[in-house]
Amino acid sequence: MRRGPVQKALAMVVHRSVILTFTAFAIFPFYWMLITAFKQNSDLYVGASNTAHNPFIFNAAPTLIHLRILFQNTLYLTWLFNTLWVGAIVVIITLVLAVPAAYSLARLTGRWGERLSIGIFLTYLVPSTLLFIPFSRLVALLGLQNQLGALVLIYPTFTVPFCTWLLMGFFKTLPKEVEESAMVDGCSRLGAIGRVVLPLAMPGLLTIIIFALTLTVQEFVYSLTFISSVERMTVSVGVPVALVRGDVYYWGSLMAACLITSVPLALIYSFFLDRFIAGFTVGAIK
Amino acid sequence: MDATEALSTPVPFKVADTLSPRDRRLGKLLLAPALAYIFLLVALPFVLALFLSLTNSSAGSLDFSFVGLQNFRNVVANPVFLRALWNTFVFTFVSQVLVMVFGNVIARALLKDFRGKLLVRFLILMPWAAPISLATLGWLWIFDSTFSVINWVLKVVGWLGPGQWYYWLGDPTLGMAAIITVHVWRLLPFSTVILLAGLTSIPAEVHEAADIDGAGPFAKAFQITIPMMLPILTVAILFGTVFTFTDMNVVYLLTRGWPARTCWPASRTRRGCWAETSGAALPSRSSSSPSSW
Repeated sequence: MRRGPVQKALAMVVHRSVILTFTAFAIFPFYWMLITAFKQNSDLYVGASNTAHNPFIFNAAPTLIHLRILFQNTLYLTWLFNTLWVGAIVVIITLVLAVPAAYSLARLTGRWGERLSIGIFLTYLVPSTLLFIPFSRLVALLGLQNQLGALVLIYPTFTVPFCTWLLMGFFKTLPKEVEESAMVDGCSRLGAIGRVVLPLAMPGLLTIIIFALTLTVQEFVYSLTFISSVERMTVSVGVPVALVRGDVYYWGSLMAACLITSVPLALIYSFFLDRFIAGFTVGAIK
Repeated sequence: MDATEALSTPVPFKVADTLSPRDRRLGKLLLAPALAYIFLLVALPFVLALFLSLTNSSAGSLDFSFVGLQNFRNVVANPVFLRALWNTFVFTFVSQVLVMVFGNVIARALLKDFRGKLLVRFLILMPWAAPISLATLGWLWIFDSTFSVINWVLKVVGWLGPGQWYYWLGDPTLGMAAIITVHVWRLLPFSTVILLAGLTSIPAEVHEAADIDGAGPFAKAFQITIPMMLPILTVAILFGTVFTFTDMNVVYLLTRGWPARTCWPASRTRRGCWAETSGAALPSRSSSSPSSW
């Protein structure tokens, strides 16, 4: 089957239009956030039935008023700070639990370790919409209602399984000889881990730090359930719940908050994407 | 057994033979904290949730008197729950089908080399990386009853005549379409990159060999690509389905169960509708558990 120039050109047109269509679909909401965040209210609230007013462009000069409201008159910065605070502690807990477990599963357990690791990974599938019911009882028992501590306690339930699995895969790619030679040179097993394995595993550690952090920023159900004071909310709940006053939506400020939170996260995420995907596909690909 | 082997390490080595008793002890010691945490905060609550569904405990009190399948009988008799369950099946199924079809199309398009591929990959990935609650707010604004940009476009191209209007989140059918759109938008990047990883893992020699043997595009798709992609398709579908079926963010923020609760998925009912009808902040704990199933 030979392909003539016409078919080649046609294939290229199809390829281009597929790429363009899906890219446009993916980024349109972000473009919409961007343009909304900088539009004057008179330009924003025209009503879609007015076909003479093109909503895709600035019909009046752009304004910074929505950003000023967001940073000066709302608790957005507090929510960001709360989120990072919770994220930092969740990262530490995740590292403390997942690093030894991942090393153990990769090196110090036999066949049962493999099965156990799959079991640990599958707990990532237990939905938060089921677990928040027993958790609310636990949180009440520990007196953590409306405390960020509740989130610190619960968030590792989804970061630890996934990060253990990811890191285990990473440890397995390191040759065993590195710690064996260190142990021949007189290190204990733990010494070899600390001096040789962990420095080599830095990219893997960085990956799980990023994922624990991003999963914390994205989490919504637990945060909505357990935090009721506006000044203690995380950003993923504060913006949709507390930035809307009654039925009044300040769309400019809302969209600015969504955009400012999402874009840095998307940037960081895409750098670590390949490892993230490797976590889901390890073993399913030969 | 098969699943265990399929998921196991790609480089098999016999650890068990070379482990000393000391190493085994250390292994258990290193594993213990994570296992204890997962047992206490995932396994135990999970079992407790299942157990509570068989008792008549409620939000106010943990009363462990066993009532068997009574709660399940109650929810199955509740039309709001049944409607919610049906809605959940519909939007999970439709969005999964769309995600698989579109995900394959994009993954194939991204398999080729072209200029700006890295940028395109970053942009296509953005919906998955953004916090879902904030992204849904963006969609809420796009579907706004008065200012919807979709309606503006439909007006301009003449689809909507004078006096015609789409209330995206105020109509059961359109509301379902809106929810499916957001779920597809959100899950498409995830499936695309997983399917892409699967496609790139098929060695080129396999296709070359098939070409030499005279296989047509259909034979290649059904005898090579699909069978070789099956494990990875399973991963993509399993996670995509669980993420969609148990999600409450999108519906909660997009429609708040409106209009007339017809758009509620099962994961939504326990906080909203039942709390409303029973006048409690949280509905009966026991009756809420079955709704995740």
